[in-house]
Amino acid sequence: MGKVKVAVLGSGNIGTDLMLKLERSSVLEMSVMIGIDPESDGLARAKERGYITIDSGLKGFLEQCPEQADIVFDATSAKAHIRHAKMLREAGKFTLDLTPAAVGPFVIPPVNVDEHIDADNINLITCGGQATIPVVYAVNRVCPVEYAEIVATISSRSAGPGTRANIDEFTQTTSRGIEEIGGAKKGKAIIIMNPAEPPIMMRDTVYCLVEDGTMNEAEVIRSVTEMAETVQSYVPGYRLRMEPIIEGNKVTVFIEVEGAGDYLPTYSGNLDIMTAAAVKVAEEYAKKRIQSAVV
Amino acid sequence: MTGQRDILITEVALRDGSHAIAHQYTVEQVTNVARALDEANVPYMEVAHGDGLSGSSLQYGLSRTDEMKLIEAAVSVCKHSKVAVLLLPGIGTVNELKEAHRIGAKMARIATHITEADISKQHIEMAKNLGMETVGFLMMSHMAPTEKLVEQAKLMESYGADVVYVVDSAGALLPHEVRERIRALRDHLSIDIGFHGHNNLSLAMANTLAAIEEGAKRIDGSVRCLGAGAGNTQTEVLVAVCDRLGIQTGVDIYKMMDLAEHIVAPILNSPQEITKDSLVLGYAGVYSSFLLHAQRAAKKFGIDSRDILVELGKRKVVGGQEDMIIDVAAEIAGQKAGAAV
Repeated sequence: MGKVKVAVLGSGNIGTDLMLKLERSSVLEMSVMIGIDPESDGLARAKERGYITIDSGLKGFLEQCPEQADIVFDATSAKAHIRHAKMLREAGKFTLDLTPAAVGPFVIPPVNVDEHIDADNINLITCGGQATIPVVYAVNRVCPVEYAEIVATISSRSAGPGTRANIDEFTQTTSRGIEEIGGAKKGKAIIIMNPAEPPIMMRDTVYCLVEDGTMNEAEVIRSVTEMAETVQSYVPGYRLRMEPIIEGNKVTVFIEVEGAGDYLPTYSGNLDIMTAAAVKVAEEYAKKRIQSAVV
Repeated sequence: MTGQRDILITEVALRDGSHAIAHQYTVEQVTNVARALDEANVPYMEVAHGDGLSGSSLQYGLSRTDEMKLIEAAVSVCKHSKVAVLLLPGIGTVNELKEAHRIGAKMARIATHITEADISKQHIEMAKNLGMETVGFLMMSHMAPTEKLVEQAKLMESYGADVVYVVDSAGALLPHEVRERIRALRDHLSIDIGFHGHNNLSLAMANTLAAIEEGAKRIDGSVRCLGAGAGNTQTEVLVAVCDRLGIQTGVDIYKMMDLAEHIVAPILNSPQEITKDSLVLGYAGVYSSFLLHAQRAAKKFGIDSRDILVELGKRKVVGGQEDMIIDVAAEIAGQKAGAAV
């Protein structure tokens, strides 16, 4: 059974981390690294590891060797992705968008990957969304959530210039994801950057208010714990810091995300959860393709 | 009465004070305070949730009244005074800023942790585009050396801020540290400098005077100390002290005293004083709005609130991380239980 070939677009920190994660996949084959800076560390590493490297951007890839990948991960920027999305659609590539461009549907792997596996472009929302929306969904599937609020605290060092320049994009996109994918009637997101040295690990707190009279404490705890285990299957450093706290109709869940330390340091669990989620979605897509090819 | 002012005072009781009353302001209270401040000729008053626009949350406390209604109420009774709003990027967005501007807010104060000024660019630029007077607000200023403060303040200046504030959110700075910071900013920036103090170490007034002596032109105060922790520099006292020093604030001293006594004091559940917990905020360098949250957590877990605050200080927790209070409290309670076994 062959693997499905993939290209990584963007040879920065995220792209390089993706490359290392892809090497472990049993259904995906790292094939091409696409950048625009021939001097970048990501391109140098890709070359060293024997992959095809393109230093003239997506255009170069599509001109030179489009047959070398069926799946493309875009780890550039929201602005660039708008342009890339169109080019990739025309070239018939399945695209995983790790920018906040939100061109395609939002996907949280344990929640709605099946619904959108036939789409041509999938958006991974935000790091805070990937860490917290599974929990909102887990509460909502047992007790209807009226309001969900998440607080993501990340180390300053792990917040790139793109995130910093447009922090509203994080709060707005994550709130939307809490409602559309998490199922809360109303969602709110807060992000905090902490500059402490050594850098802190990503922490997320999820608060849910469930509909009056519907709280089922045991079921909520069971559902949230089960969901945390599911997320752990593709983000090994994801964990609940303590058992969910339940007071009246309020559920509070404390999460910590430690990165796998592939290319990015372990404190940047926020970046790790994005790359891990993207690989997970691509794997689901690849499995489906391999299956249909066999049939 | 509106003659020249040597310093411009911003009254923060209707924003910072929101922390002290768990965000329970009513339209009536805000209307009465705002009208009296306007009559006392206070140039600016800040109105918002304690954590700024959109701060109403389970994390920080839900507002009893929609802050936009409070802003509208204040604007409606101000003949001379201007209404300011606070915005913390990561909590509020440009959408709330636009809404506040639409209903009459004239000044935007964009607040970040002392080392994170670059997240304020889009909000400072938006406030300027809206034609608002714009202030960069560097919180927890005690947590970084002066060179860092200068670097971050310059970023805010480069985004278009009209003023940059040294904000002593924890009430942890000592007078000579305030002096050094204000002086450095005066040396390196061409815009006006402000100071926002907290009275946790009983130094708000001393720090404010040090700031004024070094050339700070914008000063925050809270009437009756109605602010987070032990409150801020007490506005009516500041006005009187400045008068004795020959510093023109333009504010009517008697009217300020009267509004403190008759309108603001009744809003407080108990008078603002330096309790053991607010003292520990300043001593351990912890964000002043953590006070009530830490007291609640201490009660819930049956531990000393000071242990929680000191531990938060050690972990270098920044403003907005209220969720760490429960986390740390649970951990301390767990250790105690473990030790007892």
